[in-house]
Amino acid sequence: MQKVVIIGATSAIAEATARLYAARGAQLFLVARNAARLDDISADLRVRGSQDVFHASLDVNDLHEHARVINQIWTTLGHVDVALLAHGTLPDQVQCETSVDVAMKEFATNGTSTIALLTAMASRFEAQRKGVIAIISSVAGDRGRQSNYLYGSAKAAVSAFASGLRQRLSKVGVNVLTIKPGFVDTPMTRDFKKGALWAKPDGIAHGIVRAADRGRSVVYLPWFWLPIMLIIQHIPEFVFKRIKL
Amino acid sequence: MSKVGQSWGRYPQANQTVVALADRHATLPTLPDLMLPHGNGRSYGDSCLNDGGMLLHARPMDRFIAFDAQMGVLECEAGVLFSDILDLVVPQGWFLPVTPGTKFVTVGGAIANDVHGKNHHKAGTFGRYVVEFELLRSDGSRRLCSPEQHPEWFAATIGGLGLTGLITRAKIQLRRVAGPWMSGEVYRFADLPGFFRLSQESDRDYEYTVAWIDCVSQGKALGRGIFTRANHAPSHPDGRPNAPSRRLRVPLTPPVSLINPLSLRAFNALYYHRQRESVSHITMHYEPHFYPLDGIGDWNRIYGPSGFMQYQCVVPPSESLGCMESLVRTIAASGQGSFLAVLKQFGDVPSPGMLSFPRPGTTLALDFPNRGGSTLALLNRLDDIVAAAGGAVYPAKDARMSATYFKQYFPAWESFSHYIDPKFSSSFWRRVTE
Repeated sequence: MQKVVIIGATSAIAEATARLYAARGAQLFLVARNAARLDDISADLRVRGSQDVFHASLDVNDLHEHARVINQIWTTLGHVDVALLAHGTLPDQVQCETSVDVAMKEFATNGTSTIALLTAMASRFEAQRKGVIAIISSVAGDRGRQSNYLYGSAKAAVSAFASGLRQRLSKVGVNVLTIKPGFVDTPMTRDFKKGALWAKPDGIAHGIVRAADRGRSVVYLPWFWLPIMLIIQHIPEFVFKRIKL
Repeated sequence: MSKVGQSWGRYPQANQTVVALADRHATLPTLPDLMLPHGNGRSYGDSCLNDGGMLLHARPMDRFIAFDAQMGVLECEAGVLFSDILDLVVPQGWFLPVTPGTKFVTVGGAIANDVHGKNHHKAGTFGRYVVEFELLRSDGSRRLCSPEQHPEWFAATIGGLGLTGLITRAKIQLRRVAGPWMSGEVYRFADLPGFFRLSQESDRDYEYTVAWIDCVSQGKALGRGIFTRANHAPSHPDGRPNAPSRRLRVPLTPPVSLINPLSLRAFNALYYHRQRESVSHITMHYEPHFYPLDGIGDWNRIYGPSGFMQYQCVVPPSESLGCMESLVRTIAASGQGSFLAVLKQFGDVPSPGMLSFPRPGTTLALDFPNRGGSTLALLNRLDDIVAAAGGAVYPAKDARMSATYFKQYFPAWESFSHYIDPKFSSSFWRRVTE
């Protein structure tokens, strides 16, 4: 039986992923800010086959609370097979350009908090010498673009941190998986016009579980974002400056 | 994937604001627009549309709440699909008590249309297996409705077309099965009296009966068809069951309907003669048995950009044979019918909803590619036949019946209207009452 921890468990991608682990009979520990919604989600996951669903509420920006919750997770579960870090927001780029407070807060939510959680969790995983740490980064972290470079830079920090952590922990048998979803149709992206490139949370969730099972290092979800981002990353700056992305 | 805010027939088109609901504890939006709950958009006509208003997209409310695997009682949010329920409960020895011909309907939609299936003659409608549900009104009030508690709200909301308020969650009673397999027989019949004979013979011992009829052939072949009867099989059925087939999908909407007189005639003849013997035994998985079209994603696209209209009526037993003959004759002569013509005998189990469609008699359902005026004129002629026989037409499939006929088919509409939420309305309701 797998033991799975999900941070940001009320997000659409996280909930869809939790359902797949629940159907396997996994033991789940859910962490999110909104405890009331965790009750509904926990009940659903129990019906879907989860052995036990535990949950704790945490504001990821309250860094001093991290240790307490991580301690609670390992005390409850004994060890962790999969930890999925799925929390995040989609900042309003224009607000981030006019307010330093908003910019720093969004960077903290999407970047700093993840790095803090990973730092604390890494030593636990290092001690148990097995398991998967899966982190939802974003294609937006591959290159800063004018439409959302605050979010992109936070995700770039997460991707770079995960890369280094992967190199370190691979020596003790722990896999660090970086997940880079493209556009996903979730409440976070409610106000966007959806086109052919948009994916459903359920499809992303299947990709996450498959990548975690297979011990992958970096995955683009859906796969077609790999060639797209390869092109975007290689556009020369003199061209990149002239276009809007 | 059909986009939110369309109906399955893709006719008519409506302009509406879509508001997604994910939290069943939240209150309803407080905007001035009139609202209508919308599940998975599998109603065919305009009963799931609200032109000029707001749609409450309830699919995101898709959590299970509790499942008692001993008693077979499932509690879930209203946006849960029948397909999700089957995936969960069939491996545990349970099945939906009643299911329509697609598993991609929500629990809320199934209640709001009091849906029926191939077992109507034994089991009645879906509403009979609803233990209770919560009804959220625009004034913020919540009522737990059951046959005992708020029975008048229970009766108004079952088959109430989403107009009495938002169903947030429901508890339903499932039925036991030994496994996913079905077994039964398939018969070929030469004419409508042949259908009635087979139905009468089979309805006692078979839980599921249904027929497909050829709506193109005239003269001696008028009303010929294929009759299927089946029961849930023991866990290890005799014979080699067919494995569920791979899921296909119609990738785009062709510029014109692929359903035309030529393709229709070919399909109907092939389908009828596919069955060589007059009877054959079948053992199959429940999916192709109950949901043959669910294997083809977005099949509604084959009718092209103008969409299609489905027509489903019921006529009382005393008028059944004569009335069905004149309906089929009218359709065959028009050359407009399609290959999805379904015939079934309803039983006399009472439907629990004030506006429930199923009632004792014979029901006929089929699709018509939308060719505008000529299609509407044909359906009006069918309505005249059904109304003269004292029958009714199914609102969940309708996009065009007249207000006069609606009020005749559903005499309870006026007493029902007192239960409508003052902030709720639908394109259908405005069309048939204003």
